Amino acid sequence: MSIRHGLLALLERGQMYGYQLRAAFEESTGSTWPLNIGQVYTTLNRLERDGLVRSLPEHEGGQRPYEITDAGRADLALWFVTPISRNDRPRDELSIKLALALTTPGVDVRAVVQTQRGATMRTLQELTRLKYTSDRPEDLPWRLVLDAMMFQAEAEIRWLDHCETSLVRHRPAAPTARSGSPPEVVERADEEAHR
Amino acid sequence: MTGPDGAVLELRDVHRTHGGGEAAVHALRGVSLAVRPGELVAVMGPSGSGKSTLLTLAGGLDRPTAGEVLVEGAALGTLDGRRLARLRRRRIGYVFQDLNLLGSLTAAENVALPLELDGVGVRQARRAALAALEEVGLDGLGGRFPDQMSGGQQQRVAIARALVGERRLVLADEPTGALDSQTGEAVLHLLRRRVDAGAAGVLVTHEARHAGWADRVVFLRDGVMVDSTAPLAGVEHLLSGIGR
Repeated sequence: MSIRHGLLALLERGQMYGYQLRAAFEESTGSTWPLNIGQVYTTLNRLERDGLVRSLPEHEGGQRPYEITDAGRADLALWFVTPISRNDRPRDELSIKLALALTTPGVDVRAVVQTQRGATMRTLQELTRLKYTSDRPEDLPWRLVLDAMMFQAEAEIRWLDHCETSLVRHRPAAPTARSGSPPEVVERADEEAHR
Repeated sequence: MTGPDGAVLELRDVHRTHGGGEAAVHALRGVSLAVRPGELVAVMGPSGSGKSTLLTLAGGLDRPTAGEVLVEGAALGTLDGRRLARLRRRRIGYVFQDLNLLGSLTAAENVALPLELDGVGVRQARRAALAALEEVGLDGLGGRFPDQMSGGQQQRVAIARALVGERRLVLADEPTGALDSQTGEAVLHLLRRRVDAGAAGVLVTHEARHAGWADRVVFLRDGVMVDSTAPLAGVEHLLSGIGR
């Protein structure tokens, strides 16, 4: 996602200036996505350049409000009806880290898995606590954002459980290129599992 | 009453082995765990990891092969059958996936039953049962039979039965069973509230989402505790971190 579409959605409610947009953005994401004012103005400039918003005359207080254009509305509508592609999301650092841990000598992969699972579980506990302390009807958008984060944490824990099980069953191929160097990583994980 | 270090439940180096020799199955191997008042501990692990064994030992429904289980400071292994049964009825509440509600009794009668078995007068037991049903949001439904209630309502009756009276230790084994996620969440909320009011709770689950309700999560694998999260402190730091 784009901050672009976030700002367009907010401007669809009515004209706003930069600081109002920042406050409204953080409000609607439950402050899970903090923005700095520089990002807001950079984005507004690009949106204006692309004809999706237009700036209005400055207020007396020196604030310049923006409003959405018809082209902006069309872009926003398209965004809402288009599914987000998984390819557009950032690469998952954790899966790459585990893949590298498996092939890097001397790394205790099982410990990497367990440390991450403990940390993610803790995040899930904290999110659950937050969710059940905010049960006012007006908290719904924020609770849904929390839910999304909880489902992601849950999925990660399930995947880590799966990794742990796979490690226990894993029988490494006999070393080839570097004969004589034992695949100590996996053996250690195995020993621990059978202790 | 609690144990010397304030724990309501304490497992000390507990082992449980089924069978012997080559065919022996080691369900639990040296598990130690203490649960204090106001603390909900979730036990996670795949099928066969020893989760449910841990719970049946904690509830005095089974005895360890080695090690000790203490409830409110009393070592269960030293109690005779009668005293153990009394402790189980008075101090320990169980919520199982299989609800075990008696179909021929109303909701209120199901909840009052453990108290009546314990010698509490019928009226007093009924009063306590209605209070417990109110606590789980079923006020006014005490006269219904289980088959006149939805799955979620039946599960709430089972929770009320586990919480009725002065239960200090609540043991729950996959208590949300086949409930939809909203109803399941309500069940966990009830458990959480009772623990916040001072009980000690153990929740066995294979779902991370449910374990999220706990203060501490321990992971079991092949009968061994492989990992545990540190007790959850207040979430105020998170709240301030995200401007709430």
